[in-house]
Amino acid sequence: MSAAVADPAAVAEVARGRVRRAARRRATSAGLALLVVAAYAVSLMVGQTFYAPGEVWHVVVGDVVPGASFTVGELRLPRASLAVLAGASFGLAGLTFQTLLRNPLASPDVIGISSGASAAAVVGIVVLSLSQAAVSLLAVTAALATSLLIYVLSFRDGVVGSRLILIGIGIAAMLESVVSYLLMRSAAWEVQTAMRWLTGSLNGATWATVAPVGLAAAVAAPVLLWRSRDLDLMQLGEDAATALGVRTERTRVVVIVAAVALIAFATAAAGPIAFVAFLSGPIAARLVGPGGSLMVPAAMVGALLVLLADLAGQYAFGTRYPVGVVTGVLGAPYLIHLLIRSNRSGGSL
Amino acid sequence: MTIARSLALQQVTLGYAERTVVDSLDLALPPGAITAVVGANACGKSTLLRAMARLLPPRTGRVLLDGKDVHRLPTKDVARTLGLLPQSPVAPEGIVVGDLVARGRSPHQGLLSRWSTTDDRAVATALELTGTAALADRAVDELSGGQRQRVWIAMALAQQTDILLLDEPTTFLDLTHQVEVLDLLTDLNRRRGTTIAMVLHDLNLAARYADHLVAVAGGRVHASGDPREVLTVDLVEAVFGLRSQVVPDPVSGRPMVLPIGRHHTGGGVEPRAQEQAQHQGREEVQAAR
Repeated sequence: MSAAVADPAAVAEVARGRVRRAARRRATSAGLALLVVAAYAVSLMVGQTFYAPGEVWHVVVGDVVPGASFTVGELRLPRASLAVLAGASFGLAGLTFQTLLRNPLASPDVIGISSGASAAAVVGIVVLSLSQAAVSLLAVTAALATSLLIYVLSFRDGVVGSRLILIGIGIAAMLESVVSYLLMRSAAWEVQTAMRWLTGSLNGATWATVAPVGLAAAVAAPVLLWRSRDLDLMQLGEDAATALGVRTERTRVVVIVAAVALIAFATAAAGPIAFVAFLSGPIAARLVGPGGSLMVPAAMVGALLVLLADLAGQYAFGTRYPVGVVTGVLGAPYLIHLLIRSNRSGGSL
Repeated sequence: MTIARSLALQQVTLGYAERTVVDSLDLALPPGAITAVVGANACGKSTLLRAMARLLPPRTGRVLLDGKDVHRLPTKDVARTLGLLPQSPVAPEGIVVGDLVARGRSPHQGLLSRWSTTDDRAVATALELTGTAALADRAVDELSGGQRQRVWIAMALAQQTDILLLDEPTTFLDLTHQVEVLDLLTDLNRRRGTTIAMVLHDLNLAARYADHLVAVAGGRVHASGDPREVLTVDLVEAVFGLRSQVVPDPVSGRPMVLPIGRHHTGGGVEPRAQEQAQHQGREEVQAAR
């Protein structure tokens, strides 16, 4: 407590620690990026017919390859692209909600926002036979309305995280029953469609379904990245964040709208792929470590989860399972783990 | 030395929902001095500090930073001048001390600006001043209460503001750490000229460390000024509803409040001590038999 200005050695030590931690974060992020690229490539190659990397590459750059042009270009490429875009969207949105509400349980797929988008999408497709674009807009509106409803219902002298989560879980159950009801009633009943809206599936992915998700991600993801530093500061508590120059009210509205848009567009295309939003942030945090922004790692973990779960669902078992069944199996134990842990640490959610 | 900044509340009315806590109050922090705000529980002292820190917009009246309405200034500009240590900040799970203190630099950084040597220097200085440099790589959630409080203060120091507001910076600390934190704030004030305002529970520590004492009761400023002039038996009675004696503190010469309770009447030997003496006497007699 002697010097008013730190000596150069202490400054260098601070710089070293910062560089060391940043280097670790960068290395993990680079590793994750490589894994995403590799899983994407494998998704394009394997299937009923195996295509070598060379053939796949020709299709990707637009050459006509007999057989491969259709299988890879029209089936696998949109499917794998949807996996990446939906996974990244869920990952980003999940992390945003978990960070904002400071609770790993507060992810949009647990608190009913995905269910809202899903129910709207079922209404749009099965009941109203709308186009993909109209379905996406309907899903966004419904997801925003669901978020607002949860917020209003859980508001009493401010919003407490645990109350919001419990109300969200209730809303999710109600909306899921709406989905089941509509699927049972509709003439267009078929298992594939049903699974898509109940657990999420990449079956039937075409460029027409992928495009809106890509567009939404291109708009909403930069918004979240732009606000990620403010969001990190808001983790310190409302007062501390304000003191550090964050407009907390405005940041909250902006990131919630962006995250809900990501969820809604991805859900309109792939269904509410179970637990991807819930799992991505915590996995990214575990891998990358605390301190930096988790946005990009969480997006990559989300993409990787969906790609790998879809590969596993299609080829690892005798039957082909939709991707949401696999991610559901992965997510449920973690949910139970969180509930047990919070129960031990005093019973609050 | 920094330029002394002025922070003032002008005719502010403050409250939560339907409840009015503070009604048209005026208060100015003397620039370059240490101000301690004291008062009984729920008298509105934390509310005052929250208003000064722009966390609670006033219903009427204005909060003026260098003469300008703080709620009309860009929030980031304010954050470069006015720092705050909130009462209960939350450390993100697993974050290490170095990264947490570094977050104090955020008002100085733009969207695209890179981390600079100035930032490293500010963080290193803050760690050194608070004696937390050795903890830089430790996770905040592993630290003791006293260490954690010093880390939060380090974050506020890294912000390098000319005005620093602290809401009960010594709560949950043992006496040694309380004195340590207040010494540190005094260093900051004397060396850099930082204007400091804090809510303190302990009247005696407030009297010892503050240049300017603000006693709040029932949402109004009951008295303010140099603690040597302001802190009297009458003030303690009026603000805390407590009978007391005020004597010069033998260490600092500042006024020291000695509370008078029901069991200690303030006249010579206390009744309890007499009882004990009698009791001991009996024991000695018994032992002699």
